Formats: sequence, structure tokens, C-alpha cells
Amino acid sequence: MNKPLRRLSIAILALFALLLANANYVQVINASNLREKPGNSRTLMDSYARERGDIVAGEQAIATSVRTDDAYKYRRIYKNGPMYAPATGFYGLYNATGIERAENSMLSGEDDRLFVRRTIDLFQGRKPRGATVQLTLRPRAQRAAYQALKGYQGAVIALDPKTGAILAMATSPSYNPNKLTGHDTDEVNRVQKRLAKNDNAPLVNRPLQGRYPPGSTFKLVTAAAALSSGKYSPDTMVPSPTQYQLPNTQTPLNNFGGEICGDGQQSSLEDALTISCNTAFAKLGVKLGDDAVRQQAERFGFGDSFEVPMPAEQSVFPEDPDKAQTALSAVGQYEVAATPLQMAMVSSAIANDGDLTEPHVVDEVRAQNLKTIESADPQSHGRAVSPEVARQLTKMMESVVESGTGTSAQMSGTKVAGKTGTAQHGTGQPPHAWFTGFAPADNPQVAVAVVVEDGGSMGSEATGGQIAAPIARSVMQSVINQ
Amino acid sequence: MLVFATLIGLVAFANVEVVMNDRLPPDIAWYAGGLVLIATITHLFVRFFAKYADPVLLPCVFLLNGLGLVMIHRLDLSVGDGGAGMQFIWTMLGIVLFVLVLFFIRDHRTLRNFMYTAGAAGLLLLAIPAVLPDAMSEVNGAKLWIKIGGFSIQPGEFAKLLLLVFFAGYLVTKRDVLSLAGRRVLFIDLPRAKDLGPVLVAWLASLGVLVFERDLGSSLLFFGIFVAMLYIATERVSWLIIGVLLFVGGAFLAYSLFSHVQLRVNIWLDPFKYPDEAGQIIQGLYGLAHGGLTGTGLGQGRPDLIPYAKSDYIFPSLGEELGLAGVMALLIVYMLIVARGMRTALAVRDGFGKLLAAGLSISMGLQIFVVIGGVTKLIPLTGLTTPFLSQGGSSLVANWALLALLLRISDAARRPVGERAAADRGGDRKSEAATEVFTR
Repeated sequence: MNKPLRRLSIAILALFALLLANANYVQVINASNLREKPGNSRTLMDSYARERGDIVAGEQAIATSVRTDDAYKYRRIYKNGPMYAPATGFYGLYNATGIERAENSMLSGEDDRLFVRRTIDLFQGRKPRGATVQLTLRPRAQRAAYQALKGYQGAVIALDPKTGAILAMATSPSYNPNKLTGHDTDEVNRVQKRLAKNDNAPLVNRPLQGRYPPGSTFKLVTAAAALSSGKYSPDTMVPSPTQYQLPNTQTPLNNFGGEICGDGQQSSLEDALTISCNTAFAKLGVKLGDDAVRQQAERFGFGDSFEVPMPAEQSVFPEDPDKAQTALSAVGQYEVAATPLQMAMVSSAIANDGDLTEPHVVDEVRAQNLKTIESADPQSHGRAVSPEVARQLTKMMESVVESGTGTSAQMSGTKVAGKTGTAQHGTGQPPHAWFTGFAPADNPQVAVAVVVEDGGSMGSEATGGQIAAPIARSVMQSVINQ
Repeated sequence: MLVFATLIGLVAFANVEVVMNDRLPPDIAWYAGGLVLIATITHLFVRFFAKYADPVLLPCVFLLNGLGLVMIHRLDLSVGDGGAGMQFIWTMLGIVLFVLVLFFIRDHRTLRNFMYTAGAAGLLLLAIPAVLPDAMSEVNGAKLWIKIGGFSIQPGEFAKLLLLVFFAGYLVTKRDVLSLAGRRVLFIDLPRAKDLGPVLVAWLASLGVLVFERDLGSSLLFFGIFVAMLYIATERVSWLIIGVLLFVGGAFLAYSLFSHVQLRVNIWLDPFKYPDEAGQIIQGLYGLAHGGLTGTGLGQGRPDLIPYAKSDYIFPSLGEELGLAGVMALLIVYMLIVARGMRTALAVRDGFGKLLAAGLSISMGLQIFVVIGGVTKLIPLTGLTTPFLSQGGSSLVANWALLALLLRISDAARRPVGERAAADRGGDRKSEAATEVFTR
């Protein structure tokens, strides 16, 4: 009976070898894969047990960790939570958004660049602590943006055109991130479900993730395409009929409120932008062709993904429009869709002599010992227009604010450049009110984009000039007067 | 070695206390003293009543049992209930049974006289839960308990031992007919139907009961042991082939007949597709991954996140806090036990002893493979206990009895020739024991 015994012994040995090999596979080879599974609460608990770094705006810590006496050890607290929510996001059980998510490895202290620090802490017996993330947001600008949006649904974003730093980023309605960081999972789930179901979408980061038809603010892109072609200058006369029958259709395109541009036949490019003449830009778009307009849009950042470091939605110009669709696209309708960030980038590039800088919201990351680990370095995304075209566009935009549709963005003592937009989206819906621009026009410090959904309080009567321009003004003012 | 094993258990216990309660328990000296006393008594007992028994087995089991207790205690502390206390009492009962078995069964061959009784008792024990109403027998969908009041036992664990005795005895008696008679078909010697009959009936009966009780893990285990013992007894590969074919057929049948088997298999293939049903295995894997190479340290992981961490999932719990290093050590300790058992089977001279020792070792090995393979997603999950580690009285006590039998056989196997003759003269003499000596 010994032969089968020996054979079976070997078989059992083989089974044990399988178990050992499998243990190696699960615990070592496949371990990091398992650790990074989204539902893995152990990884999360681990990071809860560690003191997370602060998120700072200006001089003030807007997100801090406080000790709790439950199993999770720390809880996140947000100062002015709803105001900063689009930037900070929240860090709750099993979920994180915004900077909390995008900079998690730094805030939690798990980043490899913190390794040396962590090791030193370990030997000195100090509790490891995450790095501090300094944001580019300016508290005053952020407050102005948040206050100005009160009562509306919409978004504001302000950039420093020279560096691409995001100075303000507000969404309305917002939510209170403190309500999502509690350790009572049922309660947090309830709040989260309610917020997610809310028709006003408070959890959506509108400046980065809201995509809207940009309406007339897109005329800046069409104008830039025209000027860049070399065949146009601000003074070039372009056809601007009172009504334009879209090519190969029965659909007439009117100017806003049936207005007349120039003499009803033609007007200068600058005048057409100043009073936001639809027919002139629709015809211009068809003349230039969809490829020229799309290429210009792409130079401004359409079609690119930006991570600031939170990901922003891509803005799009339609792939292959026919002539009628090109006409509509040239005035920011049809399938053109842009985020507020994108429209702020259009203004920002014009303000920065045609050079588009990468937008970013993280200024600096500091280790526990205040040593800087990482700091923002202004990066060019490429040239959107030539300095000459930028100068021409600036002049045209100044005219918009001086005497055109954007007069309510005027500031005493400061020249403002801007463009309004009133974007149709579906029949029977009140239009979105837009404004984008920068100030001071001769020495730009801030570029801004504002969108107020469904015309805000004015409903179908709303225009970008009436609703969005004053909001932009108060935000720009808060930056300039600092 | 025993001192070492006891020490590891004690250090682990102190570690858990310090980590989880920030202090050493005030009565640690009592625990330490008590444990050392128990270990010493057990050791002396074995030295006296089975002095040639394999010296490796007892320390291994002490180590496992100790670590199991520590882990259960550690889980008690985070879940906030008691389980270690009860497990300790079961450990004591297990050791008492261990001592009793060693004391009353001086020669394992006496068991052969009771083989039919053992077989009948085993089947009866197995069958009890199946006929009891669900309220008295069902825990988590498997009907394999006897619950009276707040007290419950799993008769299958004891039935396993009794049936092993029966299998060993029966196969030794019939091995000649089973291995010699029969026709040859396609290079495979087929046994005669009439020889196959009784064993097949016993197997089908136990299997039927198990399927009826929805305990597929044990079902698989019994089948594996049975086929292995048949193969050892007859030395005929045909039994293995028939066994594998039967297994494949049975597995396929079970898969197509029972939805819970299908679910188990699907979960095994991709647990992350079934986050609700596979929560346990996913948490177990997360725990193991979290432990990594060296583990989080005792008391510093979150094994309490795994459902049934103390019983079915004690192994991943240990894996999380002791890491791959701990897991490998535990597996090697198990391997040592099984290997020593198999060596005992090789060394002992009587057929019954060989079959019984092999059966006991293989049942232990297979059970470890099935349960640990299950919780680490090597094979589909089946609910079996991890010998000596898991919370659960029946399993613990039965495994201590198993150890006693194994030690008894190894005592016989390792006894020097002179003393063996003396023992044979005085002991229960079986004719084939002598023939074994000649055929060696």
C-alpha cells in the first residue's frame, strides 16, 4: 500500500504548493491591484487614520482635518464649504471629489515624493501628516463670484491670463461639503442621494463640467478666425442683412430682437461684434468654412481635455456641419458646447497677447515642514492667435463694453474688454446668459466667464449683457482692487 | 518545540492586548501560567501513554490552536462580543477528549472491531440534521447543525472521524477482492459490481445526505477521502479514474441542478461582478492584499470587515495581520502535520493503521486545501472550518480527537521492534498485521 501512499503524499504536497503560490499571487503580485479597487474600504480607512493635509486659499485653510474619537480617527471640516465646494470637493466615506480627489496622494501623504519625509517622521516618532495644498483661488474674488451668483443657477470662473491660475471658481447652487464628511454612513448616503437627485444639480462643478451652448460669446472665436485669415481687419465691411436665410433651408436667422446691423446691408466687423450681429457672423462663418472656425476653436482649447487638476469636460465644435449648421455654429448655437472654463480661456488668450496658458488651481504643495514639494509653473498651451489679432480683438471687445451689448460690465477708471452671449437651448426654454471678458483691457489681470442658466430672474427676457455682465464686473473688480 | 509554540501564542496574545487596549491585561500571568500548565500536562500525558508518538504533531497543533484563539480574541475586541472564552472552553474539551482517546484506545487496531458500529453511527450523525426541522438545523442556508437551546454542534465533524474508521476497516477487509477481481477494459481493470456495491452505497448515502443538507464542501471532502483510501487499499489507478469521472459528473450535475452552486462558481470566476453576494470573498481578498508581505501587525488590520471572520474566514483574517509571511508559516505548519501523518501511514505496519492514518491526514489536507483555496479564490468557496484555527466547538474537538488517533497510530509506527512484539502479544492481534510484516 506504500506506493499509492507516496503518490498521494506528493499530490497533497502539490495542493499545498498551489495554496502557497496562490497566497503569493493574492498578497503580493495582485495586491496593489486589489488595494486600488474602488470599493476597498481598507485603503480608505487607512487614509482616514492619518491626518490629512490642509487645503488653503489665500491665507486661510478652507479644508482641515479634525480628530474624532470613532474608528475613522479624523474628519474633514470645510470653512465656507458651499463657497469653495467646486474647488475643494469633499472627502467622505468611500467617496471624494474635487481637489480632495485629484490631490489625494499629496493630501493623504502617500505620494512617493513624500517618502523621505514620511520615513523621517517614522524614525522621529512623529505621526505622518499629509501635505498642504495651496490653491490659486483668491478669497475675495471667490466670495464676489459666489455672492454674485446667489439666486441664480450658473457658474463663474476667473483666470489670471498671464499664468493660467484660477482666481475664482463658483457654482450655484452649491452644496455644503461638511454634510458629506460625517462618519454616519446612513446619514451621509441620505444627503448624497438627495443632492444627486436634486434637479438643480448642486453636485455638478459647473465651471469645469457644465457644458452649454456658448451663444454669441463664440463670435470671438469666429472673429479670431476671420482676423487670423489675414483677409479681415476690424474695419472690414461684412454683409449683415436683417434676416439671413440659412443655406439650403427655409429657416430664417434673425438678429436678437429683430435688430438692424449697420445699414441693414453691411457693417464693419467691429460694429458687428459690438452689437452682436447674428447674421453677420453666421454669414462670416459660412464664408470662412467650418474647418477654419473649428481650427481656431481648437487653438483656443476646444477638443482638448484639461485637468486643473480636476478634469474639465471637453468643449466641442461639431465634426462635420453642413452650411446651415456652420452658420449656426459660428454664432455659438447648433452643437457647439463650451464650459465656462473654455470661454474664460478664450478671453484669457486674447488678454495674454494670443498665448493660451494652461489653467490650474493648485499653486503649491508643501510638506509638513513647509518645504515646497511642487509649485505651479505657468505652462503655455500654445498660441491661439497672433499678438496682432489679439490686439485687434481686444479693441473690438472694448467697444462691446463701451458702447455695445456689454455696457453693464463697465468699471469706473478701468477699461474692460468683453463679449456677451444669449444662448438658445431648446425651444420654449429661456436662454442662458453669458459674459466673458477681461480687465483692465490695457494691462489684463483677470479674465472671466459667467454663465447664468435660463436667464436667471429675467427668464426669456434675459440677455448676457443684463444678467451676466454685472456678475463678471463684480468679480473682475474684486481682483483689480486687491 | 512545545515551549516555543506556547510562547508564540502568548506573545501574539500580549501583542493584541497592547495594540487594541493600550495595555497588557492585568491577569496575563494567570493566562501564561495556565497555558504553560495545560501544555505541560498534555505533553507529559503523551510522553506517558504514547511515548513513541511523533513529537512534531502536538506542538504544531498547539501553535495553530493558540493563534486561532488569539485571532478570535482580537476579533472579539473589535466587534465587541465574546467568542474566545467559549473557544477556550472548547479547546479544553478538545484536549480532554484527546487525552481520553489516547487513554482508552491503547492500540488503534481495536477500532477495527467497531468499524460497522462506527459506520452506522457516522451515517446517523450525518443524517440527523437532514431530518431535523430547519429551525433546529439550519445556519446560513446549510442544514448541518443540531441546535438545542443556545447550544449547537455540527455532527458532521464527528461523523467524518467515524466514517474514516469504517472506511479503513471495510477497505482492509475487502481489499483483496476489490483489487484483484474484475474485468479489464481498455487497459483499466474494472472492479466487479458486487464488490463496488457496498462502498458505493455508503458513499452515495453520505453524499446524498450532504447534498440534501446543502453542504458541498463536506461532500467534496468525503468524496476525495473515499477515493483516495480506495486507491491506497487496492493500489489500482482505475479507482482514481472512476473517482475523477464520478467527481466531474457530480460537479456538473450539482452545477446544473442547484442555483446556489452556480452562484458560487460565478462568484469565483469574477467576484467583483457580484458585489452583494461576493462581499465576503471580496473583503477577504482586500484583507489579504492589505496585509501584503508582512501584514499590518496583530490588531492593526480590519479583519472585522469580513463577514464570519472568526469561523470560515479566520485564515484571511490572519493573513491580513500577519501577511504573506504568516500565511506561509501557517500553511507550512499544516503541511508538516499532513506530511507527518502520511509518514505515519507509510511507517505503520498494519493495513488498517495505514488506511486510517492516511485517511486522517488526507482528510486534514483536503479540508485545508478546500477551505483555504476557497477563501483565497483558488477554487470556488465552500463553507468548511479551518482545522484548529476556526471558531467552532465541533470542529475543534473533533480535530483534537483526530490528532489523538494520529498520535496513537504514530506511536505504534515508531515503536522499536522489541516493544512492538510485546505490545502485539498483549494487544488485540489481527491476522493481517502479521502478514504485513512478512510482505514488507
